[in-house]
Amino acid sequence: MNKESLKFLTEVKKKPRFTPQTWSQLWKQIVIWVILAFVLYPIAWVISAAFDPANTIVGQRIIPKNASFINFIRLFDSELQPFTSWLLNTFKVSLTSSFLGVCITALVGYAFSRMRFHGRKTGLFAILLIQMFPQMLALVAIYLIIFWIGHYFSSFGLDTHAGLTLVYLGGAMGVNVWMTKNYFDTIPQSLEESAKIDGATPFQLFVKIILPLTRPILVVVFFLQFMSNYSEYVLARVLLATNENLTMAVGLQTFIQDQISQRWGVFSAAALIGAAPVLILFWVLQNQLVSGLTRGAVK
Amino acid sequence: MRTQTRLKRLEKFFASSSLNIALLSKLIILGISNAMALWALTVLLAEGHYLIFTILVVGALLIDYIFLSERAYPLRFIFPGLFFLLLMVVFPIGFTIYVSFTNYGTGHILPKEMVIKQYTDRLMLDEGHPTYKAQIFKNTAGEFAFLLTAPTGEQLVAVDKAATPLTEAGIKLEDSDGDGKVDRLGEYEQESILNIFSSLGKLENLTFAYEDRLLKLRTPETFGCYTPRYQYDPSQDALIDLQTQTTYFAKDGNFTSVTGKSLDIGYQTIVGWRNFQKLFTDQRYSAPFLQVFVWTLVFAFLSVLETLGLGLFLAVLLNDPKLKLRRLYRVLMVIPYAIPAFITCLVWRGLFNTEVGIINNSIFLPLFGKALPWLQDPFWAKVAILIVNLWLGFPYMMLICSGALQSIPGELYEAAMVDGANGWYRFRRITLPLLLSQLMPLLISSFAFNFNNFNVIYLVTRGRPAIPGSITPTGATDILISYTYRMAFEGGSGGDYGLASAVSLIIFMIISIITWINFKSTRALEEVPQYE
Repeated sequence: MNKESLKFLTEVKKKPRFTPQTWSQLWKQIVIWVILAFVLYPIAWVISAAFDPANTIVGQRIIPKNASFINFIRLFDSELQPFTSWLLNTFKVSLTSSFLGVCITALVGYAFSRMRFHGRKTGLFAILLIQMFPQMLALVAIYLIIFWIGHYFSSFGLDTHAGLTLVYLGGAMGVNVWMTKNYFDTIPQSLEESAKIDGATPFQLFVKIILPLTRPILVVVFFLQFMSNYSEYVLARVLLATNENLTMAVGLQTFIQDQISQRWGVFSAAALIGAAPVLILFWVLQNQLVSGLTRGAVK
Repeated sequence: MRTQTRLKRLEKFFASSSLNIALLSKLIILGISNAMALWALTVLLAEGHYLIFTILVVGALLIDYIFLSERAYPLRFIFPGLFFLLLMVVFPIGFTIYVSFTNYGTGHILPKEMVIKQYTDRLMLDEGHPTYKAQIFKNTAGEFAFLLTAPTGEQLVAVDKAATPLTEAGIKLEDSDGDGKVDRLGEYEQESILNIFSSLGKLENLTFAYEDRLLKLRTPETFGCYTPRYQYDPSQDALIDLQTQTTYFAKDGNFTSVTGKSLDIGYQTIVGWRNFQKLFTDQRYSAPFLQVFVWTLVFAFLSVLETLGLGLFLAVLLNDPKLKLRRLYRVLMVIPYAIPAFITCLVWRGLFNTEVGIINNSIFLPLFGKALPWLQDPFWAKVAILIVNLWLGFPYMMLICSGALQSIPGELYEAAMVDGANGWYRFRRITLPLLLSQLMPLLISSFAFNFNNFNVIYLVTRGRPAIPGSITPTGATDILISYTYRMAFEGGSGGDYGLASAVSLIIFMIISIITWINFKSTRALEEVPQYE
């Protein structure tokens, strides 16, 4: 250790403990902890309730007595709620519709990015404009369409997951098309040019060159769609009827509609299980998502 | 040299084979779509749905065109998305506009002709004619025949929708066990009592024409004479109830008598602007509508304001590189954004419960000695909704704000510091204006999103507490979209789809205006030179 650095160390030691700098840091820490308390408040109580064998809101304490997994067992092992079916239904519908949604979006984004045709600009704006209107505004019409479709193709009718998936696909484009198109625009065309000379069709270029290169944006679009379909309530509420067929959002809502205090523990267990997959996915994709979000914001 | 030519030949071969794959997949797509269309067309034609038939023919031909014409090549890529967009978004919007000008809803579902048919099919017992004793027979094909005996001894045979006197029917009666009762009626065998009861529903629907009236099962053992109860008079456009001799005139979707009494089933019809008139001029509708409308604007505005406030505040705090545990805080603060909103909303609903809820028991009772009526009182229910939405929404604002903060060039701050500007002044005069101009399009989108934030409202308070005196199911926390939903699907006496669609149309208008402003503000942004 040389003299210089020793001198530096002693200087640091001599500094008074509380400068205005540290005060402002302390103040910031306090404020952040207050906000954190607000953020963690419901989460803490739900975790506590999920492990509290009492299964009721009445007299719940933040540290449960005799904590156990009994609520999770009650959740999966009860005639009252087919929770396993709800979970599987939700995954089935949201995975299928997000996967197909990404396919649709990528195809459309590719066409708008690489091809020049009549009405291209108008079409791009029309897509954004149309999808400003949430589908639930036309709920009655959508209900009737699915009813009619079900009249001829019963496997796509009311109370079917295929029907619900069809409806979700209608909302797949919008901002997602813009996101994919903008990303496709950043891929240099020269890559495709050389393949084109070898006689590849645009579709082959799309599958073999563009798709592998643009995986990051496709993952983001998939996740955004997955999250919105996973959380979707009102369309599923209106289109699905049988208890066995419900998605988690509709099932849990009906489950606690009138008996929230008597079913609090079991519901909390369900809430933890329901939140986990999305939370984990978010964790894994966080960097890509946040950069996608902010890029969209600041662009 | 030779290897090179071989290579070229190979390349050519692969190129041609992949071309064939493309051709093959094209043919498969076309084959499937045309086969499905053809099958659907036969079904539609058989059922007489000519409009849908035509749409489908045009659609199928369009698919063929898209996949066969080189000029329509880009459409092959757009087609799948376009199909779902048209079917599930554009068509529903058009249909909603149409419905908003009709009286469509519970009690007004069917078109007029079908309602008239329902009424003219109704029968009434004609007491002026005899009641027949009935014996029921069935053949091996499962068809029924009846032997009817009037009190006068006159006998009729009722088969295949018509009754004829036994003497003219040419059917042989058999009494094989000789007990005086008929056992066989031609090919028909006597039906056991047990079977009669099990197929009673089917038997009750069989009618047999006899002279000017209809014969129909009245009790399992007797037949009565029936005549139609209602008659439609096209010249007056009215249904006449022949039992009470009342005339019900068709007007505005209902059949109404002169005294103002209406028949139960109305018909679907176009009512013009009546739904909109109701919303704006009829006190029973307009008062709650106005209340909901104002709250929707207030809710959306306050939601953007509060989430932006907290989000921006945190973004600035966490932007300080000297802050300890900064990365951990950033991760924790984003949690609300990563939890599915429906779960959060339902959890908060439990926490806000007035009697047993955790917020009252853990905060308000110990600290202030009293429980707040969170979900019962209109004011506190609104506060609860805003708290939930703050929790849900601030992480997004934080994320976009910290992104935007990083894009503000540091030289600006340095210049301001040289001029002696303090921290707050720098924030107010540099950070805020630059940030807001950058984020404006996103803030407007956020306003539009909250304007239709159904989940937060419906899953936390379900729109309640109810507004007293409202004729539709309306609550103090209802925003327009949940108001519409409840009008269509939660009405005590059924849904009013026409009125609900009218409200939807108003929402469409408002969203259009917001979108227009948004486009303008983005364009305005593009004209501002960016920092390079």
